[in-house]
Amino acid sequence: MKKKLTFAAALLAASVLGGVANAKTLVYCSEASPANFDPGTTTGGNDFDASSRTVYSRLVEFKHGGTEVEPGLADKWEVSDDGLVYTFHLHPGVKFQATDYFKPTRDLNADDVVFSFDRQFNKANPWNGDKYLPNLTWDYYTGMDMPKYVAKWEKVDDLTVKLTLTEPNAPMLANLGMDFASIVSKEYAEQLEKSGKMADFSTKPIGTGPFQFVDYQLDSVIRYAAHPDYFKGKEKIDDLVFAITPDATARIQKVLAGECDIAPYPNPADIGTIKANQDVTLMDQAGLNIGYMSYNTTIPPLDKPEVRHALNQAIDREALIKSLFQDAGATPAENLIPPTMWSWDKDVKADAYDPDAAKKVLAAAGLTEIQLWASDRVRPYNPNFQRAAELIQADWAKVGVKAEIVNYEWTKYRSEGKKKDRPGAFQIGWTGDNGDPDNFFATLFACSAIGVSNYSSWCDKDFEDLIQKAKKTSDQAERTKLYEQAQVVFQKQAPAFLLAHSQVYAVVRKNVSGFMMDPLGIHRFDGVDKAE
Amino acid sequence: MLRYLLNKIVLVLPTLIGITICAFAFVRLLPGDPILAMAGEHGVSPERYAELKEQFGYNLPIWQQYAHYVRDAATGNFGVSISSKRPVIEDFMTLFPATIELSTFAMIFAMVLGIPAGIFAAVKRGSWFDQGLMGTALVGYSMPIFWWGLLLIIFFSGYLGWTPVSGRIGLQFFFKPVTGFMTIDSLLYGKWDAFRSALSHLVLPAIVLGTIPLAVIARQTRSAMLEVLSEDYVRTARAKGLSSARVIGVHALRNALIPVVTTIGLQVGVLMAGAILTETIFAWPGIGKWMVDSIFKRDYVVVQSGLLLIALIVMAVNLIVDVLYAVINPRIRAS
Repeated sequence: MKKKLTFAAALLAASVLGGVANAKTLVYCSEASPANFDPGTTTGGNDFDASSRTVYSRLVEFKHGGTEVEPGLADKWEVSDDGLVYTFHLHPGVKFQATDYFKPTRDLNADDVVFSFDRQFNKANPWNGDKYLPNLTWDYYTGMDMPKYVAKWEKVDDLTVKLTLTEPNAPMLANLGMDFASIVSKEYAEQLEKSGKMADFSTKPIGTGPFQFVDYQLDSVIRYAAHPDYFKGKEKIDDLVFAITPDATARIQKVLAGECDIAPYPNPADIGTIKANQDVTLMDQAGLNIGYMSYNTTIPPLDKPEVRHALNQAIDREALIKSLFQDAGATPAENLIPPTMWSWDKDVKADAYDPDAAKKVLAAAGLTEIQLWASDRVRPYNPNFQRAAELIQADWAKVGVKAEIVNYEWTKYRSEGKKKDRPGAFQIGWTGDNGDPDNFFATLFACSAIGVSNYSSWCDKDFEDLIQKAKKTSDQAERTKLYEQAQVVFQKQAPAFLLAHSQVYAVVRKNVSGFMMDPLGIHRFDGVDKAE
Repeated sequence: MLRYLLNKIVLVLPTLIGITICAFAFVRLLPGDPILAMAGEHGVSPERYAELKEQFGYNLPIWQQYAHYVRDAATGNFGVSISSKRPVIEDFMTLFPATIELSTFAMIFAMVLGIPAGIFAAVKRGSWFDQGLMGTALVGYSMPIFWWGLLLIIFFSGYLGWTPVSGRIGLQFFFKPVTGFMTIDSLLYGKWDAFRSALSHLVLPAIVLGTIPLAVIARQTRSAMLEVLSEDYVRTARAKGLSSARVIGVHALRNALIPVVTTIGLQVGVLMAGAILTETIFAWPGIGKWMVDSIFKRDYVVVQSGLLLIALIVMAVNLIVDVLYAVINPRIRAS
């Protein structure tokens, strides 16, 4: 009897598991646990992979694998001649996900769009503050200067929304493709508010995206199922699983062992092993990032462009990049923006290595000592600040400049580094948010960014005029010309030493198709298929 | 006995106060700032920084922040995580069973191998086995957990394919937790395959986490056995003609185990410390990995409350061990 029961249980288990095996399941080994599933309240790339790019959609989207903006929930939009009013026309019949915790009674409409933004700035909205979650800071909404530029959001009719700005701002459209601009369900919010379970909004998400949330085992596994009524058509994979695996070596071993189908961010040291494996493909792309070193342009003799150029010329950049990035490789930066971004000027070149010329200029300027800043943190654009500092220190010693390396922990490092009177050369970098050149030029070198993210304290009138004009111009061809001119000014003034744009990698099993690397650093699973 | 117990509990109180001070100070002494860590690469303007500091209460004098922390902890309010916005106690209770399960298996591994190895080494004192075991124990004790874990993954999971690389259970198994212990829950649901999967996922992390306690237990058992084996009553037992197995197993071992029990109790702290690295390598969703993530995020609330909760558990276990020790060794009680 006991044997029979065991056999029956085994059969049952086999049939259940067999059912699971028939469903097409894609396993992604993610690098960290998401803070929560409300993309308005989080800031990490891993948070967005788990929420905004799987569960939610936005008015506009970034082209898969690129940075161009294309229609999302809005089929089309118009911008008024003065650049102040954007009118979005929503795709009709967009369904929110129906789950065991929420059954929508209506399709997406303008109320949802207005609510999605209103909750991020309107203090009177119950979803803005502690009633929803404690200590909400809406970092991206404020970080992208939305409170400054947005005058109001209005519902025109069910399928039309109007956004009015306080002043023209061409990057706004790209901002609306960002993760914080994901559109949430107002109906779901109201239901939770009534039932007194508002916090569930961040743990049990409802959106209109390609996958719907099923379950999250804290710090371990996130499960999604294909959204059957996804407005762009149901996905080919039935189930999507995020297996949270923080250690890079373990992550890659999981892909090699077939426990995962896709894993991001391998260790540079493992790249050789991955390339040698027959079952996986190593995908790479130049990241939308820049590693650089800011000179404080307000403190003599670094206030003179020729001195800054000379310091750049003294650095053997090719050897530096090789030593820092090893097998992972990186593209030497000629401009502040990477070559994958529109308006990149191919004619502008960074300073060539010329220690002899540098030595003369530096001796004439009387520069014999300098502070060289390094932090402990590994960043995508610079895997080892300390190593870079040591190599630059050696190069500068050859031209008669003694560099003193200054070390701080990462957050302290940045808070000290951005001070207007910080001396010397400060290593830093940036990863783009939305693919708009303004997100590099203005964020990093606008006069208004001094004391925040302009580590060179550089305020150049010509450069500032060009980038501010480009910000207010809607026409992309015109903006391209302005940014090209800005790059020429930047090269001439050399407020920073430009290091490199690093490569971004993912390891994918060969039976997976349709997965693309994304310059914005996000991982998307719409359009991905898997052969059994 | 009651007096002994009360004495121990009274001694726990100053330790507890010390721990709250350490936990509170530790995270604040670390260089870094939770507000800046939250803002990411964007940076934050001085005005917004001041606004956020006020919102989180970090503008208050340090003693006032400490007073709030102690007051809240005393009333069972361990706060809400700065980054996830979830109550700390909720996350702790969800993740703790995973750490307990891993630690239990690590300890079983350490005891099952450590005690017999220690006994055998003592009995065969000076033999090649004894020398080899003590050498291996020293290596095990000194081995960096991080390196050891990755080595096992690459060899057993990557090269031989015998064990899963990481995680708690195969991804095809999906059931709502009842106890939070995968091995128990899988049995409660009657899923034998899931149980086997959970066990296979425990093998490597339990070995890695159990290696240091194994070395310590083996060494402790050996030295305790050597001491006991030279006692008069053991010699008497042998003279009486008792079999060697009976002398070692009954007369010597029972007495030798007294210091070993204490050692095992002390290893709970070692396991908690080791869990931090082991869980990170093996993607084991326990409190160790949770603490590491929170330290990197400078999540003051999780770190100070998490440390306190972990310390409370270690103290409770040590208290129980002290009591057990007194039960099995009346001389302690009397002193």
